[in-house]
Amino acid sequence: MNNIQRWDHELIFQYIEPGSSVLDLGCGSGELLARLIKDKQVRGQAVETDPLRVSEAIQNGTAVYQKDLDLGLEEFNSKSFNYVVLEKTLQVLYRPMLVLEEMLRIGQVCFISFPNFSYKGVVEKFIQTGRMPVTASLPHQWHDTPNIHLFTLYDFLDWLSDYRVEMVEGIAYDGKNVRSMALPEDSSEAEELLFVLRFDQER
Amino acid sequence: MTDPLNACIEQHRNYKSPGSINSVGWTKPQRVVLASENDPLHLDCGARIAPVTVEFETYGNLSSLKDNAVFILHALSGDAHAAGWDADWKKDKRPWRNKKPGWWDNMIGPGKAIDTDRYFVICANLLGSCYGTTGPWEINTKTGKPYGLDFPVVTVEDWVRLHVRLQDYLGIDKMLAVIGGSLGGQQALAWAMNYPERINSAVILAASARLGAQGLAFNAVGRQAIINDPCFRNGQYYGHEPPSEGLEVARMLGHITYLSSESMEGKFGRSFQDGNRPCYRLDKEFTVESYLEHQGRAFVRRFDANSYLYLTRAMDYYDAAGSTGGDLTAACSSIKAKLLIIAYTSDWLYPPQSTREVAEAILANNKPVSYIEIPSNYGHDAFLLEYAQTGPMIESFLMRRD
Repeated sequence: MNNIQRWDHELIFQYIEPGSSVLDLGCGSGELLARLIKDKQVRGQAVETDPLRVSEAIQNGTAVYQKDLDLGLEEFNSKSFNYVVLEKTLQVLYRPMLVLEEMLRIGQVCFISFPNFSYKGVVEKFIQTGRMPVTASLPHQWHDTPNIHLFTLYDFLDWLSDYRVEMVEGIAYDGKNVRSMALPEDSSEAEELLFVLRFDQER
Repeated sequence: MTDPLNACIEQHRNYKSPGSINSVGWTKPQRVVLASENDPLHLDCGARIAPVTVEFETYGNLSSLKDNAVFILHALSGDAHAAGWDADWKKDKRPWRNKKPGWWDNMIGPGKAIDTDRYFVICANLLGSCYGTTGPWEINTKTGKPYGLDFPVVTVEDWVRLHVRLQDYLGIDKMLAVIGGSLGGQQALAWAMNYPERINSAVILAASARLGAQGLAFNAVGRQAIINDPCFRNGQYYGHEPPSEGLEVARMLGHITYLSSESMEGKFGRSFQDGNRPCYRLDKEFTVESYLEHQGRAFVRRFDANSYLYLTRAMDYYDAAGSTGGDLTAACSSIKAKLLIIAYTSDWLYPPQSTREVAEAILANNKPVSYIEIPSNYGHDAFLLEYAQTGPMIESFLMRRD
């Protein structure tokens, strides 16, 4: 198993209650949902834009709906899922704010994971080489990266306070270990982050 | 990437023999009377029809729990002969079945996506068609003459109502799946909406909740070609020369709507029929013309013009949201079946956006759905040609037990 790719996956799997409902946005080949359906009997729905991944996810036994997240998720009712998952996808979206708002509207609890651009490994590489940093969690060259909206832990925390979103838990991954964050957190210590969010007020 | 059309031809070559391990082998059509004078079939138009004979075929074996039945729903020009080789083609005077297997043979058979070692596969001819199920060509017991245009107008929902009787006749409470493309996909949707307790899942290919105005227009022109053929005789042409010219034009027109601009460019382009320069004549000059004529001629040898009128009309009338004032979400609220909905990017008869509406309506009911737009240049015909992409998805969808 590739840890940098899967650490958030594992935590989300553990967090989700058996028998609940889960919407997985940008599901890839649908491994998370397939596992949740098999082991935790969840009511699952996945969304994915790439037809090849959609086909794989269908073959993995998940219900997957082909759609570009940037077009919004109007067809999903408010508070219709216990959990909404967005694993390392926010930074590739054209309209990340729209998708975040849709997640808060549709789910009771949201999981959002992303690479932290202020991680010391990223910043040091940038300063030392003077070039766009290529790291384990940002493995692409500047010209072929899908990451069009990179951001940092603090950028994300700003959004949480602007939208008055409740942070149930924030988890940092430093490339080896996973730990629960205690704010204020040193932004340079986390290579990747996973947030568990709740948003109950009617907006 | 291999060309699906060539791959299709290639596969037919591979499965040429009924003795192939991947073929269901020799098949025989079965016929059963499913509506009698005492128990007529009630139609949406208000008429009652009896007797009604249904021709169907089955492949594989029904399990002791009767939980492995898969109903295949055919489209406009299809029949009950979905797979294998018709042993009765001579007796039934269906010579076109001599040289090729059933219309979805690349999907149905031992070890294929719809695996007949695993499933009991059923396919039945539609009411109003011309392959053994009661239609306008049949003798009306009240007049002693063929029905012709006295045949009642039938709908997609009527077909499903009749096929539920077939399900009862076969002793099956709940079908594992119903699967259909195009007009067959609309039947699958009607099954899911009107008989939620009778099916476990449904696969809808290249179909939507309703045909758009452009599709209605093409159907209208096709029917006009038939009706205006001097041989049409107001539908009572049986025993005379049939309106073949009109039916041929209708089929040619239909074929244009089944292809795409890209596939026609790729297959024919502007190539000439004879040599590489114009002959300055009005007769067939371009290969696309002779292709369409070939398709038209082959069709009139095997199809009844009146059936074409009735089936295209059923296609026109179908509106999944017809009974809910256009509210497709409300119409889908009765659905319990798991759904797999497949659209093809270059299909302009049932464009992906119109197919997506069905998936959206399912999601708006807080129900799971699988929806995919398969990249294909083959237009509406992709639902028959892109089996290499579609097959594995249907195969795993049928195995889902959640």
